[in-house]
Amino acid sequence: MIGRHRHLLGLEGLSREEILQVLDLATSMKEVLARPLKKVPSLRGKLVVNLFFEASTRTRSSFEIASKVLSADAVNWTASASSVTKGETLVDTARNLEAMRPDVLVIRHAAGGAPQLVSEHVACAVVSAGDGAHEHPSQGLLDCFTLREKLGTLEGKTVAIVGDVSHSRVARSDLHAMPKLGAKVRLCGPPTMIPQGIERLGGCTVHHDLREAVEGADAVVMLRIQHERIGDPLIPGTREYSKLWGLNARKAAEWLTPGCVILHPGPINRGVELSPEVADGPRSVILDQVQNGVAVRMAILYLLAGGSPAEVSAAGARS
Amino acid sequence: MSESSEVLFIEGGRVIDPASGVDGVRTVVLRGGQVAEVAERVERPRDARVIDARGRWVTPGFIDAHVHLREPGQEYKETVETGARAAVAGGFTAVLAMPNTVPPNDSVAVTELVLARAAQAGLARVYPVGCISKGQKGEELAEMGELFQAGCVAFSDDGRPVSSSGLMRRALEYARTFGAPLAVHEEDLALVGKGVMNEGPAATRLGLKGNPAQAEEVMVSRDVALVELTGGRLHVCHLSTAGAVRAVRDAKARGLAVTAEVAPHHLALTDEDVAASGYDTDFKMAPPLRSDADRAAVRAALADGTIDCIATDHAPHSAVEKAVEFDVALNGILGLETAFSVCLALVREGALGERRLVEALTAAPARIFGLPGGSLAAGSPADVAILDPGAEWRCDPERLHSKSRNTPWKGKTMIGRCTHTLVGGNLVYELARGER
Ligand SMILES: [Zn+2]
Ligand SMILES: [Zn+2]
Repeated sequence: MIGRHRHLLGLEGLSREEILQVLDLATSMKEVLARPLKKVPSLRGKLVVNLFFEASTRTRSSFEIASKVLSADAVNWTASASSVTKGETLVDTARNLEAMRPDVLVIRHAAGGAPQLVSEHVACAVVSAGDGAHEHPSQGLLDCFTLREKLGTLEGKTVAIVGDVSHSRVARSDLHAMPKLGAKVRLCGPPTMIPQGIERLGGCTVHHDLREAVEGADAVVMLRIQHERIGDPLIPGTREYSKLWGLNARKAAEWLTPGCVILHPGPINRGVELSPEVADGPRSVILDQVQNGVAVRMAILYLLAGGSPAEVSAAGARS
Repeated sequence: MSESSEVLFIEGGRVIDPASGVDGVRTVVLRGGQVAEVAERVERPRDARVIDARGRWVTPGFIDAHVHLREPGQEYKETVETGARAAVAGGFTAVLAMPNTVPPNDSVAVTELVLARAAQAGLARVYPVGCISKGQKGEELAEMGELFQAGCVAFSDDGRPVSSSGLMRRALEYARTFGAPLAVHEEDLALVGKGVMNEGPAATRLGLKGNPAQAEEVMVSRDVALVELTGGRLHVCHLSTAGAVRAVRDAKARGLAVTAEVAPHHLALTDEDVAASGYDTDFKMAPPLRSDADRAAVRAALADGTIDCIATDHAPHSAVEKAVEFDVALNGILGLETAFSVCLALVREGALGERRLVEALTAAPARIFGLPGGSLAAGSPADVAILDPGAEWRCDPERLHSKSRNTPWKGKTMIGRCTHTLVGGNLVYELARGER
């Protein structure tokens, strides 16, 4: 359980305390990852099934590593998206996997709400690893974890999120979590990429000018611009996009405060939203995000597979 | 439909018949399949049958201008018989059967099949609607003349908006020959894109693609302009947006032959209900549930007559088509058996008068489509609904008469229920005593 929740389908319904519960536990988990022997027996005998309907090596591997460090067994199941006309439905697939008696089902799907649909038809805990443009809760939590680590706190901080917010589940999860931890959020992108009513989600402000959005910010989250979405013509092209909304060394030097850190959920389109110098530069905490992702997912799996925070620190101390 | 020769007295009920201006306790006498008399005091012959309607409403049978009966071709969802059974259970004595069957109703053969099945069922009157275009492909006009002669009362490519303004122009012109309206599903598909719910804050929160209200307004505005060009008759199906209300109001003010219907779900629910449901696909339909402001606009438009009638867009789908991701679930929900109670809630909220509610379900659709019924004036067909406006019941999808179960009101407590339905003087539905 995460607070009152048996599943992790999004951060919208999580309270500040519930978010902090995961982040605090992730801090203990990160200590485990720093040890020479990266293994604790906390979830021995538990089974985690990763059900991915969209290719995502990075998120899937992160959940897989998190399971293994906790000594859970992990099974990866890749499937093509369901369709009424093409045989097995999502609910069928989930019920079949449930016959393996997993403790946690991690699901990634192109349709918003798919993890919720699955959660209504299975008995085990369900974790969303990203559903359509809805939420990507573990990413939102790891972003918060990374910011807390780098900035000390989110209280009173300003975070700019730049890019295709309309298609971004990361932006939505960040937006549900960061204001609860005291941060102000600025969203930035061309109007075609800012969905209607987004400012009602987390009390954020919307900007179309990059400089206005990032000046004075304590952190900037750069979203991935997906080439495959250019067909749905939100922008004329990536060249112009990078000029207007991409971050390069010159803009970073002129507009960002000295302590401002840069996050990216990955994978990066180098030269589009981020120039290589910025992606690999001193402000970038992108690789920390990857490592923190494992710690945060360990915390999530632990809590949902039946552990309690007190137990884990004890388990961590013993091993 | 065989007409009853029996004499039937419906006594003690509050007769609400906007067509003849009656609202009060009356006795309704039915004889030979027709309404013989509606009066305060009538001498009753000893052999007459009597229905005690005390405490209930007695109205003309409801007429639903927009129903999907799914036969031929998708009998696993609904048949003419099960649909007609659902209709009479909801107080509807006549329904217009939309043509998007498999094959679509663009031929006399399909029209005749629907009529034959309806006659076999012997429940509600079923009026087929023919296609505007062959195969509903939006390319060539369907043979409207033959369809009209075979019994179609209107034309529609419902579910597949006529994208070509040129074809729509010709359809409006050609249908003038028969005086039949074109009942149009108004969505600009390029604006709809991949939208699966109303565009707005709720869709943004759910991460679902939005279908903007203007997709409807653009098409209604276009078609109003084409009515002006052609002198044709336009009936806007399931109108859902404030913008479309403005366009229809403006068209009526200019004297154009434009009418409109609204579905109970657009009167009752909003896109926030989709969000609250947690991606429940029984809240997915086209056009989608709109914003609170749109709902307020369609309510006001129904009350002031800008929107003429209530039609359910009864759209049965099987569980396998609904127990899927919201993105891929089929559009549509059941309507016939919940319409009265859903709309009656508006009366309790003060959004709609009782007589206007009954008119929108009876006289208004009869007038638009030139149908018998919709009235209890002497000589009208003996099509009658008896309704208990205070009856509380739980909407259990398993107990509905439709073949499908896709209703957003599942498990909800409803108030107001049909207890008896008569078609041509025959009692075709009576609510079981245990359920009253
Ligand atoms: Zn339609
Ligand atoms: Zn329809």
